[in-house]
Amino acid sequence: MNDSYINLCYVIASAFFIIGLRGLTHPRTAVRGNLLGGLGMLIAIVVTLFSKGVVNWEFIVAGLVLGTVVGIILAIKIQMTAMPELVAIFNGFGGVASILVAGATLAQTLAVNPTPDVQMILATVASGLIGAVTFFGSLIAFGKLRGIVSGNAILFPGRHVINGLLFLAAIGVAIMMVMSPDNLLGYWLLVAIGCTLGILLVVPIGGADMPVVIALLNSYSGIAAAATGFVLGNNVLIVAGSLVGASGIILTQIMCKAMNRSLANVMFAGVGAESSSTGGPSADDVYEGKIKSTTAEEVAMLLEGVRKVVIVPGYGMAVAQAQHAVRTLSNMLEEEGVEVDFAIHPVAGRMPGHMNVLLAEADVPYDKLREMDDINPAFAQTDVAIVIGANDVVNPVARTDPQSPIAGMPILDVDQAKTVIMIKRSLSPGFAGIPNPLFALDNTLMFFADGREAIQDIIAAIKDQ
Amino acid sequence: MDAFVAALMIFVLAIFLGFEIITKVPPTLHTPLMSGSNAISGITLVGALVSTGLESPTLTTVLAFSAVFFATVNVVGGFLVTHRMLAMFRRKK
Repeated sequence: MNDSYINLCYVIASAFFIIGLRGLTHPRTAVRGNLLGGLGMLIAIVVTLFSKGVVNWEFIVAGLVLGTVVGIILAIKIQMTAMPELVAIFNGFGGVASILVAGATLAQTLAVNPTPDVQMILATVASGLIGAVTFFGSLIAFGKLRGIVSGNAILFPGRHVINGLLFLAAIGVAIMMVMSPDNLLGYWLLVAIGCTLGILLVVPIGGADMPVVIALLNSYSGIAAAATGFVLGNNVLIVAGSLVGASGIILTQIMCKAMNRSLANVMFAGVGAESSSTGGPSADDVYEGKIKSTTAEEVAMLLEGVRKVVIVPGYGMAVAQAQHAVRTLSNMLEEEGVEVDFAIHPVAGRMPGHMNVLLAEADVPYDKLREMDDINPAFAQTDVAIVIGANDVVNPVARTDPQSPIAGMPILDVDQAKTVIMIKRSLSPGFAGIPNPLFALDNTLMFFADGREAIQDIIAAIKDQ
Repeated sequence: MDAFVAALMIFVLAIFLGFEIITKVPPTLHTPLMSGSNAISGITLVGALVSTGLESPTLTTVLAFSAVFFATVNVVGGFLVTHRMLAMFRRKK
């Protein structure tokens, strides 16, 4: 096929990507939007196969078939609770694809033209470096989410200096490549530096900060694809890559804002290290003699005849796989005429929107999932707030103690509900490592149990009444 | 150089367009947004296909072939899992 026709089809594909992403701005249009995005991709792939000079069909078909099989298996088998891991690993695959494409293209270009222009070299350098950081950064994020790598922030001495030196080395190699492009080894050296940087940058970041890391790596995978577009002079890669880059950056900003922390603080401060001492009052001071624990029967009685209940899910709900039980409880309450809402903190869970997907899986309608700013004024009129597996995002210290590590973080004001039921296995602190005075409030009852068992026990107790 | 500037123009415009669209995505769809946009970033597949198809030394072809594999997983898995998630989002009956 003539190059102009191929490029024309790329324009159509880009338009589909944009229309598809626009579809994602509302749950009603989202399914269609995603399908249109997929259609754009199909068009781009099919016309590419008509490019001139394509001879190695067996490799192309083998790659496509293998990739499709693995992709389908991953997408169908994955549990919704493990979605952050899957997105992390997909990000990584996008990154490694950029490394390989830029590397192969450089080799092919050098074979016919030993002095490619500076722009091409710079784009190749960017593609390889960003792709490598994305790839290994994503692998580490995946490992942390899976529990293969410690979820704590692992700090090693001199890490800022080492990272700085690696970054300078990368710039040095990049300059060397521009001076003498006929040097493939330089490229792979750069990729190696990028891989090391990816590891060293993510290892010191704690597990609960993974929403930010994944959003950022998502952005990098897009930018790496756009850089590859510059290498190939291919506009559809540039458009698609920059859309994704922008998306990841926006999500990163939203996550940081929801924690009242800067991106630099999340990336470099090492929050969540095991040894981090926080000052502030000790757990004993806060909790001593003030903790009231409760039982399923008592909760069932409390829930009798109430008007409004708000359920606050956190990462603990995902770990306990409690979303279906929660849905059953909310159905039962609604049948009794109780108004039930779900309060979702922007950073609840391990990736943006994690709780929403879990609850959607359990068939909770999305209009019951209320955003923080929307639900906060309603807590004062709430009879019972049930917090399941959330901690730091409901810690009132964020409002009161300017010295606290979570000072200024917007929280869900559950303490204003008439009664708060905290479902939690123990009094252990959340990611921020600080005690939560909410547990010690007069209107708080602690239900010490696994999230799913607790909800199931409450359901059984309500049925027994 | 002209081609580069034209590409840069497209890059900058697409970034701005992306900002405009994505800021309108509601938080409830942020996870599907990530997996869906991730699938779109698998567009690298287009580059991988061209590289694989060209007549070149075996090592280069193997690199490009691996790129096709990884990008295809990214694309197929990404769109499929996004579809799976989005199909679960329902309104109140």
